[in-house]
Amino acid sequence: MDKPFAITLNPGSSLANHTGSWRTMRPIYLDRLPPCNNQCPAGEDIQGWLFHAESGNYEKAWRHLTRENPFPAIMGRVCYHTCESACNRGKLDEAVGINSVERFLGDEAIKRGWKFAPQETESGKKVLIVGAGPSGMSAAYHLRRMGHAVTVMDAGPYLGGMMRFGIPKYRLPREVLDAEMQRIIDIGVTVQLNSKVDSVLDSMQAGGFDAAFLAVGAHIGKRAAIPSGDAAKIVDAISVLRSMEGEDKPMLGRRVVVYGGGNTAIDVARTAKRMGAEPIIVYRRTRDKAPAHDFEIEEALQEGVMVKWLSTIKQAGDSSITIEKMALDDDGFPQPTGEFETLEADSVVLALGQDVDLGLLNDVPGLGVKDGVVEVGLNMMTGHPGIFAGGDMVPDRRNVTVAIGHGKKAAKNIDVWLRGESVHPEPKHDLALFERLNTWYYSDAPKTVRPTLDIIRRQSTFEEVQGGLNETNALFEARRCLSCGNCFECDNCYGVCPDNAVIKLGPGKRFKFNYDYCKGCGMCVSECPCGAIKMVPEEN
Amino acid sequence: MSELQTVSFYQTGTFTVGNRLLKQEERSVQANMQRTNSLNSGHRACQGCGEALGARYAIDAAMNASNRQLIAANATGCLEVFSTPYPETSWQIPWIHSLFGNAAAVATGLAAAMKVKGKSDVRVVAQGGDGGTTDIGFGCLSGMFERNDDVLYICYDNEAYMNTGVQRSSATPGAARTATTMPVGERPGNSFGQGKFLPAIAMAHEIPYVATATVADLRDLEAKVVRAMSFRGARYIHILVPCPLGWGSASNDTIRLARLAKETGLFPVFEAEYGEIKSALAIRRPLPVEDYLRPQKRFAHLFGKNLAVDTIARIQAKADKNIRKYGLLAKEAV
Ligand SMILES: Cc1cc2nc3c(=O)[nH]c(=O)nc-3n(C[C@H](O)[C@H](O)[C@H](O)COP(=O)(O)OP(=O)(O)OC[C@H]3O[C@@H](n4cnc5c(N)ncnc54)[C@H](O)[C@@H]3O)c2cc1C
Ligand SMILES: Cc1ncc(C[n+]2csc(CCOP(=O)(O)OP(=O)(O)O)c2C)c(N)n1
Ligand code: SF4
Ligand code: SF4
Ligand SMILES: [Mg+2]
Repeated sequence: MDKPFAITLNPGSSLANHTGSWRTMRPIYLDRLPPCNNQCPAGEDIQGWLFHAESGNYEKAWRHLTRENPFPAIMGRVCYHTCESACNRGKLDEAVGINSVERFLGDEAIKRGWKFAPQETESGKKVLIVGAGPSGMSAAYHLRRMGHAVTVMDAGPYLGGMMRFGIPKYRLPREVLDAEMQRIIDIGVTVQLNSKVDSVLDSMQAGGFDAAFLAVGAHIGKRAAIPSGDAAKIVDAISVLRSMEGEDKPMLGRRVVVYGGGNTAIDVARTAKRMGAEPIIVYRRTRDKAPAHDFEIEEALQEGVMVKWLSTIKQAGDSSITIEKMALDDDGFPQPTGEFETLEADSVVLALGQDVDLGLLNDVPGLGVKDGVVEVGLNMMTGHPGIFAGGDMVPDRRNVTVAIGHGKKAAKNIDVWLRGESVHPEPKHDLALFERLNTWYYSDAPKTVRPTLDIIRRQSTFEEVQGGLNETNALFEARRCLSCGNCFECDNCYGVCPDNAVIKLGPGKRFKFNYDYCKGCGMCVSECPCGAIKMVPEEN
Repeated sequence: MSELQTVSFYQTGTFTVGNRLLKQEERSVQANMQRTNSLNSGHRACQGCGEALGARYAIDAAMNASNRQLIAANATGCLEVFSTPYPETSWQIPWIHSLFGNAAAVATGLAAAMKVKGKSDVRVVAQGGDGGTTDIGFGCLSGMFERNDDVLYICYDNEAYMNTGVQRSSATPGAARTATTMPVGERPGNSFGQGKFLPAIAMAHEIPYVATATVADLRDLEAKVVRAMSFRGARYIHILVPCPLGWGSASNDTIRLARLAKETGLFPVFEAEYGEIKSALAIRRPLPVEDYLRPQKRFAHLFGKNLAVDTIARIQAKADKNIRKYGLLAKEAV
């Protein structure tokens, strides 16, 4: 090269200068566990499906969601969505409306007729499931997708368990329940209704099953010894709710006293209200001590259900009852005061909790029962090899989502057990704590409120109380997600590096570091909105 | 997807560098896989250098806006020294360095030459540090403004002479420690003086376009470069670029500090055309100046055993004045 006067060297590029050698700490990309996912009892990858919903790809979002839980439309109605209490956005303004987006996806799937892909491989193993409630059907879904032949036996005439015979229509329309149940049958799960299992060992042997999952729920209403006259009408809440599904609706009269403070008490009172009665709940403790969720109590009060807090029923006659006022002692326990009151009552409905009917387990060797529920190990297996159990019949919180989670977990472990292997659970990712986020980058956006049915129709019909989101506000709500701990391709790291040491790999492929030039300043870590990068010390 | 258009909420909107939910043409230059990387890897700037970052942001945007027909004249200073140790360079654009104080004059010459050659599509930028701009290069720059030469001048303000070891410049803020304003005596750190805010001086020349920006608001910075490139004549952009070395801040705090400078009101971010202010970037989350001062060692003496209450109040007063003057708290700023 001909060089100008006084120039002796050819021009070079600074790329020859590997400034990466300055580094003492190096950034690395990682996925942290979002608090919502961590909290979800069914183990949904919430952040993961919201990511697809954010771009309007609802089918992909639904498919991602249903990898873990086949019931988004049901979840979007009855799940107590503890994920939202854990959501990091709650510390910023309000939690993401995870549950309402989930419902939107579930409803969208029903509307558009999305189905699960048919099962292509067969394992040759047969699994019996007892109980077609959420736990049993969740297990059926997962086991079938693993290629096992699954038979579900249920004593009742319909699928769904307590979701059909407990949870009232105004919270879970039956078309929704049916649609999500049918989808599971469609992938080749065999269901035998009206088939009570009296002995699980006999049924397993008769059908040649290799393993069984028990999910019979807790259906026996607890009784309380209330001194009562012969004419007093005392019934239990579960039978009342169950008969709502049949031809003969329960005859409760005008003044219906509901005894108890749980969700069942609320549901039965709200049901009675809709049938034209004047329900009054009697509960021995205070509202904040009641096991029912506060929002449910609130909804019941709005609809005109009355409540006598701090009261017990002393005596029941044919048209009235006597209640005694209670007072909380220093430990928060209700104590009698000796103060009485008489209430008009055509019937008393007991909603005092349920016990498990363990009849089918009488002769199972090794199987342990404690406090009326079946003992299971971490892998959901009972003391009898090959027999697993979950849902309301094992010791845990009793709700639909926990039951679904049990079904999934049991399915995984049954699969492993059938193959004679043992599980090595992958270590959980670090939690994506709020402190790891750089919230500057998120646009301000308040939570979308779901529509509620007008009060008149709530008092007189079984129409669904809570409405859903439409496409526009579902998309908005999905986009409120901060994508905690998981790269959402905002390009910040790619932009903020003063050394161009971040390589953008293209849509859906995320980024990688060019350690030849990364000086380890840590700016990418600080400016990553969602906390998906961390600094680690260089080895030498 | 037609529905998307009806939703105007895009999760992070334009706060982040990119956003997969926005249409391609609405995304930033820096988000683009094909961005010029005008200032390439391998430069010798410190870890977390705000100047290196600001220069790439601005020049990539100018390259984009000029169809990659751009020449840059550079004053002496960190930006020149760390990018171009003979015979290597990090610049991927035609680039010329002459002296510490004459970048504006060199750029004027380049613009004149392009005009003579009939190359009206070739655009010229000049760039330098605050020392090269507000002190030694000030005469040349004022001349360039006054003659309305067709040059975009970009000042990367890190508030001192960093390249030679952090000496005070006329852009160094009151109370700041530099090598020449040590925190000793009755009034430790830099004296307050009268201040010399070059964007206001540039506006007084009534040139077509004057703007301020920081490395914390990329989309705003890029928009201003694009706007500046839409004018012919003299234009000036003043970018606040924190310097971890000179400010005594953590290398990962560069953008955060720039953001805090804007959010506290200490550095007003606005744009003006022909001497009149057109818009100001509103403060999103108002904060006291202390939040900005504390993470910087150059202000550490204000937070020693005895809190320098008066000095902090004086700095706060300056921020409050900016907020009033530029309407930084108004929802729709000026
Ligand atoms: C009134 C009410 C409202 C509720 N509301 C909610 C709510 O809003 N959200 C929520 O998360 N949870 C709610 N729950 C709790 C929730 O319904 C249960 O936790 C959940 O259904 C338990 O699921 P599971 O699969 O264990 O059992 P279940 O749903 O009870 O299903 C068990 C199934 O097993 C069948 N079965 C029983 N014995 C046999 C046998 N021997 N042979 C064959 N089949 C048998 C039964 O017929 C039934 O279909 C509510 C419960 C009640 C009672
Ligand atoms: C006439 C002249 N005087 C002094 C210097 C030494 N010198 C080189 S760079 C520099 C300071 C640059 O400061 P600034 O313009 O703020 O840029 P920074 O390095 O801070 O980015 C000085 C004093 C010089 N090169 N020429
Ligand atoms: S912001 Fe999104 S990822 Fe984070 S906890 Fe909430 S729903 Fe989960
Ligand atoms: S001294 Fe400051 S301006 Fe110069 S290279 Fe280092 S960080 Fe950048
Ligand atoms: Mg400087």
